[in-house]
Amino acid sequence: MAELKFIKAGAQEREPACCGPVQSAQQSHAREEEWPAWATGTLMTDAGVIPVISTDLTASDHWEHLKCRTSSFRNDYSVAPGLYAVGTPDRNTDVFVSANYKLSFDALRKALKGLSAWVLVLDTKGINVWCAAGKGTFGTEELVRRISFAKLDRVVDHRKIIVPQLGAPGISAPGVKKVSGFKVCYGPVRAEDVGAYIAAGYEATLEMRRVKFSFVDRLVLTPMEINPAMKKYYPAYALIMLAIFGLQPTGIFFGDAFSGGLPFLLLGLTAILAGALVTPVLLPFIPFRSFAVKGWITGVLAVFLCMNFIPMAGRVNSVLLFFTYLFFPLASSYVALQFTGSTTFTGISGVRKELKITIPLYISGSVVSLILLLVYKLGEWRFI
Amino acid sequence: MKYLSNTASLEFFPDRCVGCGMCVEVCPHGVFTMEDRKAVIVDRDRCMECGACAGNCAFGALKVDKGVGCAAALINGMISGGEPSCGCSGENKKSDCC
Repeated sequence: MAELKFIKAGAQEREPACCGPVQSAQQSHAREEEWPAWATGTLMTDAGVIPVISTDLTASDHWEHLKCRTSSFRNDYSVAPGLYAVGTPDRNTDVFVSANYKLSFDALRKALKGLSAWVLVLDTKGINVWCAAGKGTFGTEELVRRISFAKLDRVVDHRKIIVPQLGAPGISAPGVKKVSGFKVCYGPVRAEDVGAYIAAGYEATLEMRRVKFSFVDRLVLTPMEINPAMKKYYPAYALIMLAIFGLQPTGIFFGDAFSGGLPFLLLGLTAILAGALVTPVLLPFIPFRSFAVKGWITGVLAVFLCMNFIPMAGRVNSVLLFFTYLFFPLASSYVALQFTGSTTFTGISGVRKELKITIPLYISGSVVSLILLLVYKLGEWRFI
Repeated sequence: MKYLSNTASLEFFPDRCVGCGMCVEVCPHGVFTMEDRKAVIVDRDRCMECGACAGNCAFGALKVDKGVGCAAALINGMISGGEPSCGCSGENKKSDCC
Protein backbone atom coordinates (compact mmCIF):
# COMPACT_ATOMS: atom_id res chain seq x y z
CA MET A 1 0.00 0.00 0.00
CA ALA A 2 1.39 3.38 -0.96
CA GLU A 3 1.94 5.73 1.90
CA LEU A 4 -0.70 8.43 2.03
CA LYS A 5 -0.77 11.62 3.97
CA PHE A 6 -4.05 12.98 5.13
CA ILE A 7 -4.59 16.53 6.09
CA LYS A 8 -7.55 18.23 7.65
CA ALA A 9 -9.21 21.01 5.75
CA GLY A 10 -8.18 23.42 8.50
CA ALA A 11 -4.54 22.40 8.21
CA GLN A 12 -4.72 22.93 4.49
CA GLU A 13 -5.96 26.47 4.98
CA ARG A 14 -2.82 27.36 6.88
CA GLU A 15 -0.68 26.34 3.93
CA PRO A 16 0.62 29.24 1.89
CA ALA A 17 -1.34 28.05 -1.13
CA CYS A 18 -2.56 31.51 -1.95
CA CYS A 19 -3.94 31.70 -5.46
CA GLY A 20 -1.92 28.65 -6.44
CA PRO A 21 -3.37 25.21 -6.90
CA VAL A 22 -4.73 23.90 -3.62
CA GLN A 23 -3.36 20.44 -3.14
CA SER A 24 -5.80 17.61 -2.92
CA ALA A 25 -5.77 15.17 -0.04
CA GLN A 26 -3.72 12.54 -1.72
CA GLN A 27 -1.09 14.90 -3.06
CA SER A 28 -0.54 17.10 -0.07
CA HIS A 29 2.61 17.18 1.99
CA ALA A 30 1.06 19.28 4.70
CA ARG A 31 0.73 18.26 8.31
CA GLU A 32 0.32 14.54 8.51
CA GLU A 33 -2.80 13.30 10.24
CA GLU A 34 -3.72 9.92 11.47
CA TRP A 35 -5.00 7.63 8.77
CA PRO A 36 -8.79 7.99 9.08
CA ALA A 37 -10.64 4.87 10.18
CA TRP A 38 -12.96 5.20 7.19
CA ALA A 39 -10.12 4.92 4.63
CA THR A 40 -9.50 1.26 3.96
CA GLY A 41 -6.88 1.27 1.21
CA THR A 42 -5.68 2.91 -1.95
CA LEU A 43 -6.23 2.66 -5.67
CA MET A 44 -3.72 3.56 -8.38
CA THR A 45 -5.10 5.64 -11.23
CA ASP A 46 -3.71 7.74 -14.09
CA ALA A 47 -4.24 10.74 -11.82
CA GLY A 48 -2.32 9.26 -8.90
CA VAL A 49 -3.15 7.30 -5.80
CA ILE A 50 -6.77 7.59 -4.64
CA PRO A 51 -7.90 6.59 -1.13
CA VAL A 52 -10.57 3.89 -0.96
CA ILE A 53 -13.22 4.56 1.65
CA SER A 54 -15.45 2.31 3.70
CA THR A 55 -19.24 2.36 3.34
CA ASP A 56 -19.79 1.22 6.91
CA LEU A 57 -20.29 3.73 9.67
CA THR A 58 -18.71 2.84 12.99
CA ALA A 59 -19.94 3.49 16.51
CA SER A 60 -17.51 6.40 16.74
CA ASP A 61 -19.00 7.91 13.54
CA HIS A 62 -22.45 7.75 15.12
CA TRP A 63 -21.19 9.28 18.34
CA GLU A 64 -19.61 12.13 16.38
CA HIS A 65 -22.86 12.66 14.49
CA LEU A 66 -24.70 13.02 17.79
CA LYS A 67 -22.17 15.61 18.96
CA CYS A 68 -22.68 17.48 15.66
CA ARG A 69 -26.38 17.76 16.33
CA THR A 70 -25.95 19.14 19.81
CA SER A 71 -22.77 21.18 20.03
CA SER A 72 -20.15 23.31 18.35
CA PHE A 73 -18.33 20.06 17.54
CA ARG A 74 -19.92 20.45 14.12
CA ASN A 75 -17.87 23.58 13.42
CA ASP A 76 -14.77 21.53 12.82
CA TYR A 77 -16.03 18.25 11.44
CA SER A 78 -14.60 17.98 7.98
CA VAL A 79 -12.77 15.66 5.63
CA ALA A 80 -10.02 16.61 3.20
CA PRO A 81 -11.42 17.67 -0.18
CA GLY A 82 -10.44 15.62 -3.20
CA LEU A 83 -11.26 12.39 -4.98
CA TYR A 84 -12.09 9.15 -3.17
CA ALA A 85 -12.99 5.66 -4.35
CA VAL A 86 -15.76 3.35 -3.17
CA GLY A 87 -15.54 -0.36 -4.03
CA THR A 88 -13.58 -1.07 -7.20
CA PRO A 89 -14.39 1.79 -9.57
CA ASP A 90 -13.02 1.90 -13.13
CA ARG A 91 -12.96 4.36 -16.01
CA ASN A 92 -16.72 4.07 -16.60
CA THR A 93 -17.85 4.36 -13.00
CA ASP A 94 -20.15 7.17 -11.82
CA VAL A 95 -18.75 10.21 -10.06
CA PHE A 96 -20.71 11.56 -7.10
CA VAL A 97 -20.05 15.00 -5.69
CA SER A 98 -20.28 15.80 -1.97
CA ALA A 99 -19.38 18.47 0.57
CA ASN A 100 -16.50 18.13 3.01
CA TYR A 101 -18.76 18.29 6.07
CA LYS A 102 -18.20 14.82 7.44
CA LEU A 103 -21.91 14.33 8.17
CA SER A 104 -22.67 14.87 4.44
CA PHE A 105 -19.71 12.73 3.38
CA ASP A 106 -20.81 9.92 5.74
CA ALA A 107 -24.39 10.01 4.43
CA LEU A 108 -23.09 9.50 0.90
CA ARG A 109 -20.56 6.75 1.62
CA LYS A 110 -23.17 4.88 3.65
CA ALA A 111 -25.62 5.15 0.73
CA LEU A 112 -23.00 3.76 -1.67
CA LYS A 113 -22.77 0.45 0.18
CA GLY A 114 -22.38 -2.43 -2.25
CA LEU A 115 -21.69 -0.10 -5.17
CA SER A 116 -18.55 1.12 -6.88
CA ALA A 117 -18.20 4.85 -7.30
CA TRP A 118 -15.90 7.84 -7.37
CA VAL A 119 -16.64 10.48 -4.77
CA LEU A 120 -15.45 14.01 -5.44
CA VAL A 121 -15.45 16.03 -2.22
CA LEU A 122 -15.58 19.81 -2.58
CA ASP A 123 -14.05 22.18 -0.07
CA THR A 124 -17.16 23.70 1.49
CA LYS A 125 -15.32 24.70 4.71
CA GLY A 126 -16.96 21.84 6.57
CA ILE A 127 -20.51 22.98 5.74
CA ASN A 128 -23.28 20.72 4.42
CA VAL A 129 -24.29 20.72 0.74
CA TRP A 130 -27.44 22.84 0.93
CA CYS A 131 -26.13 25.57 3.22
CA ALA A 132 -22.85 25.73 1.32
CA ALA A 133 -24.76 25.94 -1.97
CA GLY A 134 -26.78 28.84 -0.55
CA LYS A 135 -23.56 30.67 0.23
CA GLY A 136 -21.85 29.62 -3.00
CA THR A 137 -18.99 27.64 -1.42
CA PHE A 138 -20.58 24.53 -2.90
CA GLY A 139 -20.51 26.28 -6.25
CA THR A 140 -19.59 26.22 -9.90
CA GLU A 141 -16.14 27.69 -9.28
CA GLU A 142 -15.18 25.19 -6.58
CA LEU A 143 -16.60 22.24 -8.54
CA VAL A 144 -14.68 23.16 -11.68
CA ARG A 145 -11.50 23.72 -9.65
CA ARG A 146 -11.87 20.41 -7.84
CA ILE A 147 -12.48 18.52 -11.11
CA SER A 148 -9.26 20.01 -12.40
CA PHE A 149 -7.17 19.32 -9.24
CA ALA A 150 -8.37 15.74 -9.10
CA LYS A 151 -7.55 15.35 -12.82
CA LEU A 152 -10.94 13.73 -13.16
CA ASP A 153 -10.66 13.68 -16.94
CA ARG A 154 -7.75 11.24 -16.56
CA VAL A 155 -9.58 9.03 -14.05
CA VAL A 156 -12.79 8.45 -16.02
CA ASP A 157 -13.60 8.24 -19.73
CA HIS A 158 -17.16 9.59 -19.45
CA ARG A 159 -17.97 13.25 -18.84
CA LYS A 160 -20.80 13.11 -16.33
CA ILE A 161 -20.91 14.00 -12.66
CA ILE A 162 -23.79 13.41 -10.29
CA VAL A 163 -24.37 16.36 -7.99
CA PRO A 164 -26.86 16.24 -5.11
CA GLN A 165 -29.97 18.20 -6.06
CA LEU A 166 -29.58 20.49 -3.05
CA GLY A 167 -26.24 21.61 -4.50
CA ALA A 168 -28.15 23.22 -7.38
CA PRO A 169 -28.53 26.68 -5.75
CA GLY A 170 -24.75 27.07 -5.93
CA ILE A 171 -24.12 25.31 -9.23
CA SER A 172 -24.78 26.42 -12.76
CA ALA A 173 -24.91 23.20 -14.78
CA PRO A 174 -24.44 25.08 -18.07
CA GLY A 175 -21.46 26.92 -16.53
CA VAL A 176 -19.78 23.71 -15.32
CA LYS A 177 -20.22 22.08 -18.72
CA LYS A 178 -18.77 25.09 -20.50
CA VAL A 179 -15.62 25.31 -18.36
CA SER A 180 -14.89 21.68 -17.46
CA GLY A 181 -16.65 19.69 -20.15
CA PHE A 182 -18.45 17.67 -17.49
CA LYS A 183 -22.22 17.42 -17.63
CA VAL A 184 -23.92 17.93 -14.28
CA CYS A 185 -26.74 15.51 -13.53
CA TYR A 186 -28.75 16.27 -10.44
CA GLY A 187 -29.20 13.24 -8.21
CA PRO A 188 -31.78 12.88 -5.47
CA VAL A 189 -32.10 15.28 -2.52
CA ARG A 190 -31.25 12.61 0.03
CA ALA A 191 -28.11 10.46 -0.24
CA GLU A 192 -30.10 7.46 0.99
CA ASP A 193 -32.01 7.48 -2.33
CA VAL A 194 -28.87 7.21 -4.45
CA GLY A 195 -29.20 3.42 -4.83
CA ALA A 196 -32.81 3.68 -6.00
CA TYR A 197 -31.87 6.55 -8.32
CA ILE A 198 -29.21 4.44 -10.05
CA ALA A 199 -31.49 1.39 -10.17
CA ALA A 200 -34.16 3.49 -11.87
CA GLY A 201 -31.75 4.38 -14.69
CA TYR A 202 -30.58 7.68 -13.15
CA GLU A 203 -34.12 8.95 -12.78
CA ALA A 204 -35.20 10.54 -9.53
CA THR A 205 -38.85 10.19 -8.64
CA LEU A 206 -40.85 13.25 -7.63
CA GLU A 207 -40.58 12.01 -4.06
CA MET A 208 -36.76 11.98 -4.27
CA ARG A 209 -36.73 15.55 -5.61
CA ARG A 210 -38.72 17.11 -2.77
CA VAL A 211 -37.44 18.48 0.46
CA LYS A 212 -39.47 17.48 3.45
CA PHE A 213 -39.44 18.90 6.93
CA SER A 214 -40.81 16.19 9.16
CA PHE A 215 -41.35 16.14 12.91
CA VAL A 216 -38.00 14.35 13.37
CA ASP A 217 -36.21 16.71 10.94
CA ARG A 218 -37.42 19.64 13.02
CA LEU A 219 -36.72 18.00 16.36
CA VAL A 220 -33.05 17.24 15.61
CA LEU A 221 -32.50 20.91 14.78
CA THR A 222 -33.84 22.25 18.08
CA PRO A 223 -30.71 21.73 20.25
CA MET A 224 -28.89 24.17 17.99
CA GLU A 225 -31.70 26.68 18.59
CA ILE A 226 -31.85 26.22 22.36
CA ASN A 227 -28.07 26.26 22.93
CA PRO A 228 -27.30 29.66 21.37
CA ALA A 229 -30.36 31.28 22.98
CA MET A 230 -29.33 29.97 26.40
CA LYS A 231 -25.75 31.12 25.94
CA LYS A 232 -26.41 34.45 24.23
CA TYR A 233 -29.36 35.89 26.09
CA TYR A 234 -30.12 33.93 29.23
CA PRO A 235 -27.13 34.74 31.49
CA ALA A 236 -27.52 38.50 30.99
CA TYR A 237 -31.28 38.26 31.44
CA ALA A 238 -30.93 36.21 34.64
CA LEU A 239 -28.43 38.67 36.07
CA ILE A 240 -30.70 41.63 35.37
CA MET A 241 -33.73 39.94 36.94
CA LEU A 242 -31.82 38.87 40.05
CA ALA A 243 -30.40 42.37 40.41
CA ILE A 244 -33.82 43.96 40.06
CA PHE A 245 -35.39 41.75 42.70
CA GLY A 246 -32.40 41.78 45.02
CA LEU A 247 -31.80 45.51 44.93
CA GLN A 248 -33.16 47.33 47.98
CA PRO A 249 -32.57 50.86 49.22
CA THR A 250 -30.28 49.39 51.86
CA GLY A 251 -28.27 47.06 49.60
CA ILE A 252 -28.51 43.86 47.62
CA PHE A 253 -30.34 41.03 49.32
CA PHE A 254 -29.76 37.57 47.93
CA GLY A 255 -32.80 36.16 49.65
CA ASP A 256 -35.01 38.70 47.90
CA ALA A 257 -33.15 38.19 44.64
CA PHE A 258 -34.00 34.50 44.61
CA SER A 259 -37.48 34.49 46.09
CA GLY A 260 -38.56 37.31 43.77
CA GLY A 261 -36.39 36.49 40.79
CA LEU A 262 -36.77 32.72 40.57
CA PRO A 263 -40.25 32.68 39.01
CA PHE A 264 -38.95 35.08 36.37
CA LEU A 265 -35.90 32.94 35.70
CA LEU A 266 -38.28 30.05 35.08
CA LEU A 267 -40.46 32.22 32.86
CA GLY A 268 -37.38 33.23 30.85
CA LEU A 269 -36.49 29.57 30.40
CA THR A 270 -40.08 28.88 29.37
CA ALA A 271 -39.97 31.64 26.75
CA ILE A 272 -36.79 30.22 25.22
CA LEU A 273 -38.19 26.68 25.16
CA ALA A 274 -41.48 27.94 23.70
CA GLY A 275 -39.63 29.67 20.87
CA ALA A 276 -36.75 27.28 20.27
CA LEU A 277 -38.34 23.90 20.98
CA VAL A 278 -42.14 23.95 21.03
CA THR A 279 -42.62 26.27 18.05
CA PRO A 280 -40.25 24.34 15.71
CA VAL A 281 -41.63 20.94 16.73
CA LEU A 282 -45.29 21.95 16.42
CA LEU A 283 -44.64 24.26 13.46
CA PRO A 284 -47.38 23.07 11.07
CA PHE A 285 -49.99 22.96 13.84
CA ILE A 286 -49.56 26.51 15.10
CA PRO A 287 -51.80 28.93 13.19
CA PHE A 288 -50.50 31.63 10.81
CA ARG A 289 -47.50 31.47 8.49
CA SER A 290 -45.40 34.13 10.17
CA PHE A 291 -42.78 32.65 12.51
CA ALA A 292 -42.95 35.70 14.75
CA VAL A 293 -46.70 35.20 15.20
CA LYS A 294 -46.32 31.45 15.74
CA GLY A 295 -43.68 32.10 18.41
CA TRP A 296 -45.81 34.74 20.08
CA ILE A 297 -48.85 32.45 20.29
CA THR A 298 -46.76 29.63 21.74
CA GLY A 299 -45.22 32.13 24.15
CA VAL A 300 -48.57 33.41 25.42
CA LEU A 301 -49.83 29.87 26.00
CA ALA A 302 -46.61 28.82 27.72
CA VAL A 303 -46.65 31.89 29.98
CA PHE A 304 -50.30 31.28 30.82
CA LEU A 305 -49.51 27.68 31.82
CA CYS A 306 -46.52 28.82 33.85
CA MET A 307 -48.45 31.50 35.68
CA ASN A 308 -50.92 28.88 36.82
CA PHE A 309 -48.27 26.45 37.96
CA ILE A 310 -45.35 28.50 39.26
CA PRO A 311 -46.06 30.01 42.68
CA MET A 312 -45.12 33.65 42.18
CA ALA A 313 -44.09 34.11 45.82
CA GLY A 314 -46.93 36.52 46.40
CA ARG A 315 -45.41 39.15 44.17
CA VAL A 316 -47.91 39.20 41.33
CA ASN A 317 -49.17 42.69 41.18
CA SER A 318 -50.74 44.17 38.10
CA VAL A 319 -47.48 45.81 36.92
CA LEU A 320 -45.55 42.53 37.00
CA LEU A 321 -48.43 40.70 35.38
CA PHE A 322 -48.47 43.20 32.54
CA PHE A 323 -44.69 42.85 32.20
CA THR A 324 -44.94 39.04 32.13
CA TYR A 325 -47.51 38.91 29.34
CA LEU A 326 -45.74 41.61 27.35
CA PHE A 327 -42.13 40.50 27.59
CA PHE A 328 -42.08 36.70 27.52
CA PRO A 329 -44.32 36.12 24.48
CA LEU A 330 -42.20 38.69 22.61
CA ALA A 331 -39.02 36.84 23.65
CA SER A 332 -40.54 33.57 22.46
CA SER A 333 -41.52 35.23 19.19
CA TYR A 334 -37.99 36.55 18.64
CA VAL A 335 -36.42 33.16 19.35
CA ALA A 336 -38.92 31.40 17.06
CA LEU A 337 -38.09 33.83 14.26
CA GLN A 338 -34.47 32.63 14.43
CA PHE A 339 -35.68 29.18 13.38
CA THR A 340 -36.28 30.55 9.86
CA GLY A 341 -32.55 29.93 9.36
CA SER A 342 -33.01 26.21 9.95
CA THR A 343 -36.16 25.56 7.97
CA THR A 344 -36.33 24.21 4.45
CA PHE A 345 -38.96 26.58 3.11
CA THR A 346 -38.48 30.18 4.27
CA GLY A 347 -37.28 32.65 1.63
CA ILE A 348 -35.23 35.78 2.22
CA SER A 349 -37.99 38.18 1.03
CA GLY A 350 -40.44 36.74 3.56
CA VAL A 351 -37.98 36.94 6.45
CA ARG A 352 -37.12 40.53 5.47
CA LYS A 353 -40.81 41.38 5.57
CA GLU A 354 -41.24 39.80 9.01
CA LEU A 355 -38.23 41.61 10.41
CA LYS A 356 -39.36 44.96 9.06
CA ILE A 357 -42.57 44.67 11.06
CA THR A 358 -41.31 42.86 14.15
CA ILE A 359 -37.96 44.50 14.96
CA PRO A 360 -39.62 47.83 15.97
CA LEU A 361 -42.11 45.82 18.05
CA TYR A 362 -39.33 43.87 19.80
CA ILE A 363 -37.41 47.05 20.58
CA SER A 364 -40.40 49.05 21.84
CA GLY A 365 -41.67 46.00 23.76
CA SER A 366 -38.32 45.64 25.52
CA VAL A 367 -38.23 49.33 26.42
CA VAL A 368 -41.78 49.21 27.84
CA SER A 369 -40.87 46.01 29.73
CA LEU A 370 -37.91 47.72 31.33
CA ILE A 371 -40.05 50.73 32.28
CA LEU A 372 -42.62 48.37 33.86
CA LEU A 373 -39.88 46.75 35.96
CA LEU A 374 -38.73 50.18 37.11
CA VAL A 375 -42.30 51.19 37.94
CA TYR A 376 -42.69 47.98 39.94
CA LYS A 377 -39.42 48.63 41.76
CA LEU A 378 -40.26 52.22 42.57
CA GLY A 379 -43.67 51.10 43.79
CA GLU A 380 -42.04 48.48 46.00
CA TRP A 381 -39.78 51.13 47.49
CA ARG A 382 -42.88 53.31 47.96
CA PHE A 383 -41.47 56.09 45.79
CA ILE A 384 -44.67 56.15 43.75
CA MET B 1 -45.73 23.93 4.95
CA LYS B 2 -45.68 27.29 3.23
CA TYR B 3 -44.20 30.60 4.22
CA LEU B 4 -45.72 34.08 3.79
CA SER B 5 -47.80 34.38 0.63
CA ASN B 6 -46.96 36.72 -2.25
CA THR B 7 -43.48 37.58 -1.07
CA ALA B 8 -41.22 35.43 -3.27
CA SER B 9 -39.23 37.42 -5.82
CA LEU B 10 -39.41 34.68 -8.47
CA GLU B 11 -39.96 35.88 -12.04
CA PHE B 12 -40.58 33.69 -15.08
CA PHE B 13 -40.27 34.72 -18.72
CA PRO B 14 -42.22 32.09 -20.69
CA ASP B 15 -41.08 33.37 -24.08
CA ARG B 16 -37.49 32.36 -23.23
CA CYS B 17 -38.44 28.90 -21.96
CA VAL B 18 -37.49 26.04 -24.29
CA GLY B 19 -39.04 23.36 -22.10
CA CYS B 20 -35.85 21.56 -21.05
CA GLY B 21 -37.33 20.76 -17.65
CA MET B 22 -34.24 21.73 -15.67
CA CYS B 23 -36.23 23.98 -13.29
CA VAL B 24 -38.67 21.17 -12.54
CA GLU B 25 -35.70 18.95 -11.74
CA VAL B 26 -33.76 21.28 -9.42
CA CYS B 27 -36.63 22.92 -7.51
CA PRO B 28 -36.81 21.33 -4.05
CA HIS B 29 -40.40 22.46 -3.52
CA GLY B 30 -42.24 21.61 -6.73
CA VAL B 31 -42.85 25.23 -7.73
CA PHE B 32 -42.78 24.28 -11.43
CA THR B 33 -44.39 21.71 -13.65
CA MET B 34 -44.28 21.09 -17.40
CA GLU B 35 -47.31 21.88 -19.52
CA ASP B 36 -47.32 21.75 -23.33
CA ARG B 37 -43.53 21.51 -23.34
CA LYS B 38 -43.09 24.67 -21.33
CA ALA B 39 -42.51 25.27 -17.65
CA VAL B 40 -45.30 26.81 -15.60
CA ILE B 41 -45.32 28.05 -12.03
CA VAL B 42 -47.89 26.01 -10.14
CA ASP B 43 -47.29 27.28 -6.63
CA ARG B 44 -45.33 30.49 -6.18
CA ASP B 45 -45.82 30.53 -2.40
CA ARG B 46 -43.69 27.41 -2.11
CA CYS B 47 -40.67 29.24 -3.52
CA MET B 48 -37.89 29.69 -0.93
CA GLU B 49 -35.72 31.78 -3.26
CA CYS B 50 -32.78 29.36 -3.25
CA GLY B 51 -31.94 30.33 -6.82
CA ALA B 52 -31.43 26.79 -8.11
CA CYS B 53 -33.85 27.26 -11.03
CA ALA B 54 -32.46 30.60 -12.20
CA GLY B 55 -28.82 29.50 -11.87
CA ASN B 56 -29.38 26.33 -13.87
CA CYS B 57 -31.61 27.74 -16.59
CA ALA B 58 -29.39 28.01 -19.65
CA PHE B 59 -31.85 30.33 -21.37
CA GLY B 60 -32.33 33.04 -18.76
CA ALA B 61 -36.04 32.32 -18.42
CA LEU B 62 -36.01 32.66 -14.63
CA LYS B 63 -34.99 35.38 -12.25
CA VAL B 64 -34.99 35.35 -8.46
CA ASP B 65 -33.54 37.55 -5.75
CA LYS B 66 -31.59 34.66 -4.29
CA GLY B 67 -30.74 34.49 -0.61
CA VAL B 68 -30.94 32.49 2.58
CA GLY B 69 -34.13 33.11 4.55
CA CYS B 70 -32.42 33.32 7.91
CA ALA B 71 -33.44 35.94 10.48
CA ALA B 72 -30.15 35.73 12.38
CA ALA B 73 -28.18 36.45 9.22
CA LEU B 74 -30.39 39.39 8.26
CA ILE B 75 -30.23 40.87 11.77
CA ASN B 76 -26.41 40.56 11.78
CA GLY B 77 -26.40 42.30 8.41
CA MET B 78 -28.52 45.13 9.81
CA ILE B 79 -26.24 45.57 12.81
CA SER B 80 -22.99 45.43 10.87
CA GLY B 81 -24.40 47.31 7.90
CA GLY B 82 -23.00 44.65 5.59
CA GLU B 83 -24.19 41.52 3.87
CA PRO B 84 -26.45 39.12 5.77
CA SER B 85 -24.20 36.69 7.61
CA CYS B 86 -25.02 34.15 10.27
CA GLY B 87 -21.43 33.01 10.62
CA CYS B 88 -22.55 29.42 10.20
CA SER B 89 -21.47 28.88 6.62
CA GLY B 90 -17.76 29.20 7.01
CA GLU B 91 -17.59 32.77 5.75
CA ASN B 92 -16.19 33.98 9.05
CA LYS B 93 -13.53 31.33 9.17
CA LYS B 94 -10.06 32.21 8.05
CA SER B 95 -10.04 32.48 4.30
CA ASP B 96 -7.50 30.39 2.47
CA CYS B 97 -6.87 32.76 -0.37
CA CYS B 98 -5.86 36.38 -0.96
